[in-house]
Amino acid sequence: MSVEAWTTVFVIISFILYLYIGWHSRVQDSKGFYVAGHGVPAIANGAATAADWMSAASFMSMAGLISFLGYDGSIYLMGWTGGYVLLALLLAPYLRKFGKYTVPDFVGDRYYSNVARVVAVIAAIFVSLTYVAGQMRGVGIVFSRFLQVPIETGVIIGMIIVGFFAVLGGMKGITWTQVAQYGILIVAYLIPVIALAWILTGNPIPQFAFTFSDIGVKLNQIQVDLGFAEYTQPFANKTMLDVLFITIALMVGTAGLPHVIVRFYTVPDVRAARYSAGWALLFIAILYTSAPALSMFARYNLISTLHNQPIAQVNQLDWVRKWENTKLLSFDDKNQDGLYQLTPDKATNEILIDNDIIVLSTPEVAKLAPWVIALVATGALAAALSTASGLLLVISSSIAHDVYYRMIDPGASESKRVLVGRFMVGFAIALAGYFGVNPPGFVAQVVAFAFGLAAASFFPIIILGIFDKRTNKEGAIAGMISGLGFTILYIVSVKFGGASPWLFGISPEGIGTVGMVLNFIVTYVVSRLTPPPPVEIQALVENLRSPYDQPPALDEIDEDHLD
Amino acid sequence: MNQAPDEHRAYWKANTTLIRNLMLIWAIASLGCSILFVELLNKIQFFGVPFGFWMAQQGTIYIFVILIFVYATQMDKLDKKYRGK
Repeated sequence: MSVEAWTTVFVIISFILYLYIGWHSRVQDSKGFYVAGHGVPAIANGAATAADWMSAASFMSMAGLISFLGYDGSIYLMGWTGGYVLLALLLAPYLRKFGKYTVPDFVGDRYYSNVARVVAVIAAIFVSLTYVAGQMRGVGIVFSRFLQVPIETGVIIGMIIVGFFAVLGGMKGITWTQVAQYGILIVAYLIPVIALAWILTGNPIPQFAFTFSDIGVKLNQIQVDLGFAEYTQPFANKTMLDVLFITIALMVGTAGLPHVIVRFYTVPDVRAARYSAGWALLFIAILYTSAPALSMFARYNLISTLHNQPIAQVNQLDWVRKWENTKLLSFDDKNQDGLYQLTPDKATNEILIDNDIIVLSTPEVAKLAPWVIALVATGALAAALSTASGLLLVISSSIAHDVYYRMIDPGASESKRVLVGRFMVGFAIALAGYFGVNPPGFVAQVVAFAFGLAAASFFPIIILGIFDKRTNKEGAIAGMISGLGFTILYIVSVKFGGASPWLFGISPEGIGTVGMVLNFIVTYVVSRLTPPPPVEIQALVENLRSPYDQPPALDEIDEDHLD
Repeated sequence: MNQAPDEHRAYWKANTTLIRNLMLIWAIASLGCSILFVELLNKIQFFGVPFGFWMAQQGTIYIFVILIFVYATQMDKLDKKYRGK
């Protein structure tokens, strides 16, 4: 059977599975729709969080980026895992105990202010929307490369699938589908990595092959011979300060992403929230400790397959021809010596490899069976769809729950709330699909900044809301606006305004760290200069800190106190 | 909520102390060993790769996972102690 036939079969089977789960977990009430009825076991929520979190970018692009950056690629590995420690220790247990449906819920109630709620809603929608457009695009790319359908058709198929289980099952449907998607994506990721580790080092466990084999030493030698920096040499592409700031921004941003935080509302109690953060990181770590191994193997393998090889021999490779068609791999024999050379100098380099093809091409480079290639495509789809569904629910609940129910019609009936929720999911899907088909030029650039914005807006005021009783609404609003404002200003001026990175040369990806610190300082200082929060809010914080599981008696805060 | 506020305060104090200690390890592993002192640690060869590099791409992630489970189990103990069951 051909790769296309296998891919079609696998994709159809996986979609039927998702639809079945979606139908099976359909819900009627708003608690089920927004937080899966608080009924998801810790380990299942861990798997769902892992799938929710690992996007098309984690699956397809990260290993390629690291392959290109060497040590400096560690920013993604540490940045996208370290945030879970922050989540587990500082955020998840308290937000779960608080027990509402969304992040703006916490912000609005803790800071007794609809202004704070609206700022949080806008930040949540902006972060999620930029992120989801990238996922729909990823779905389209997989469809076009592996099934030869136009990208637009791929995006529409993806929209229908996500739409079905998200509209019917809400958070419950999404959760259980994500558990299945985690299973598919991790198997799809590991099989080629294990095969490559086995072929190159004789050790099938990627983490062991990475650590104990001599492939690191060999790769360093090759890199130096070709004129590159050693693969393991730190700060070859970015300064130490930049690496530090980007890592922190990614960590804090991860902990502040609304679609990740909201997953911890779905577990039964505080204890489960702590453990499920652990399970989530364990499931993520399986992929994230394999990825650097894949990066190293793939780079070694690509260089030895392509560098200094005769043109005729390279052109005979089947996968080379296929990827050349997608323009993600290209050759140019500039010095006319009949061989292709890889060099660090743009003027003499003859092999151009796009980061995105490292993972997707690995099974072909390693000459694995067609069904493995099909499995990788199915895994990439699972990664993109699971993340998209989580983001869509955040967009929907921000509007249907935070704006409509909490601010416009607090008397809405259960069935009406769920109906509005379903309708908003549909609306969010259509919007995401539109951006997937017509990607605005800036989407790819903006996705990376979603982290900086999440870091500079949510993280500080949630932390202070729990750990500092004295923080009040004036402080929180001023903090969020200054953190967000500064970060947006810096990113826009450097990325779009053409200014050079004007603050210690920090790149826009890392500026969220500064925005976060600014938010902390402003919130703290303004809170001290203005009256303390009302007594009942202080009691609410006291309640969050108690060893008991009961959610704080929120009904005691009557609407009169909301401005 | 029938326990004395003192008990709550002691629970919260124990919790924040635990958080502080674990966050310290978090920072030393990720920001310290893997970034600020990576060049120093790279002078040590750890099997096939330099140690600082290994920490940044493998070790730190394992430490993160362990930290969360340590926190969860330690909090179980604190919960048990202060809930007075």
